[in-house]
Amino acid sequence: MKGELKELKLTVNGKPYQFKVKPNTLLVDLLRQELKLTGTKVGCLDSACGACTVNIDGKAVRSCSVLALQADGRKVTTIEGVADGDKLHPIQQAMVDHGAIECGYCTPGMVMSAKALLDENPNPTRQEVREAIQGNLCADEGYVKYIEAIEIAAREMRGGH
Amino acid sequence: MIADFEYFAPRTVKEALSLLAKYKEEAKIICGGQSMLVVMKQRLLTPEYLIDIKGISSLDYIKYDEKQGLRIGALTIHRAIERSPVIQEHFGVLSEMEGNLATIQTRNWGTIGGNLCHGDPAGDPAPVFIALGAKLKLAGSGGERTVDMEEFSRDYLEVALEPDEMLTEIQVPTPPPHTGTAYEKLMVMKGDMGIAGAAVSISLSGKDSLCKDARIALSNCSSIPVRAKKAEKELIGKTIDESLLAKAGEIASKEAAPPSDVHGSAEYRRELIKVFVRRVGQLALERAKKA
Repeated sequence: MKGELKELKLTVNGKPYQFKVKPNTLLVDLLRQELKLTGTKVGCLDSACGACTVNIDGKAVRSCSVLALQADGRKVTTIEGVADGDKLHPIQQAMVDHGAIECGYCTPGMVMSAKALLDENPNPTRQEVREAIQGNLCADEGYVKYIEAIEIAAREMRGGH
Repeated sequence: MIADFEYFAPRTVKEALSLLAKYKEEAKIICGGQSMLVVMKQRLLTPEYLIDIKGISSLDYIKYDEKQGLRIGALTIHRAIERSPVIQEHFGVLSEMEGNLATIQTRNWGTIGGNLCHGDPAGDPAPVFIALGAKLKLAGSGGERTVDMEEFSRDYLEVALEPDEMLTEIQVPTPPPHTGTAYEKLMVMKGDMGIAGAAVSISLSGKDSLCKDARIALSNCSSIPVRAKKAEKELIGKTIDESLLAKAGEIASKEAAPPSDVHGSAEYRRELIKVFVRRVGQLALERAKKA
């Protein structure tokens, strides 16, 4: 039947969940409205801005452009799952320390794109950093500080060298 | 928001085909949905039944051998094509093209088959596959068939799939010796849909370096990715130089029927075709000489 609820099992920030969702539910709506994980932002809802970026099985993906049901059986990480308790992730810490955050709306998406990059490639070139956040628009045009902060975080995560 | 639909997630091609056979025109296949969810949000597309094939893992592969050429499963994500060592070595133009296709987030979820079946004339893979002489394998309730990539696009967002058919594989032949292929498009920002673009493949004869074969395909210059056959003819059998490529560009510009839209007028696109056929042709030629 049209609109019939479907079962969905996925892991979000390390915790397993089970839902019944309408098939037209977007992943971003499941995260924000069902799980109240509102750190993931909605900018354009049109796959253009990258504010809703999360990691699915470790890869940066736009949660406004994935049906919730398509995340069935997968591991989703949102900005809420990045820090270790009260201790910020090195990417977050570097962005704070380096003054990369302006209005902050694009920041969760920036962090998730950067995390997917550094988890896979601990020593990226500047070009690779730029490409990793190419799909994350910052209305304040604060790209340079973000790029530098990601490089600082990468160094920190490699143990300072 | 997206209109309601009934959702299926088959795990095999066979299951998907039986759902297609049952629901036909009322059904629509979704893979990564990176283009399709956009038009569903706009309610330009409101399928009764949505068949989500993203989970059919048997269609996610990249295989290569010299004799058979390259075979890419329809559900291979763009990012896998971009980063595949075998594609980088033997079909570098595909990896380059993917590097400028939208953003990493889109390439991490969107599939090559979904892109081709969306049938957007501004899409990047189709013109490159046309230049490479690729074929598409389609599966349907009556069995399998292959079509040339250049025959697949029918009109704006329309492709030559019957209601009970799905794309399963892209087949790219190993190019003849001394062949070079390139693709470029005009972007305002990296990753943009091209305002216009050209893919050019040039094969040279080994001994006298005359042009043995040429294929030129244009993106966003018609309602489909279009092949500029008259421009190709201008090159074949001759020694290619800048002025000959410029002439081919002039011809290609007349062959296309570019749209006028917010990104550029038809006149502007005609000028771009001249520039891109010459520029991309030059790059293809250099590559052919080194190949």
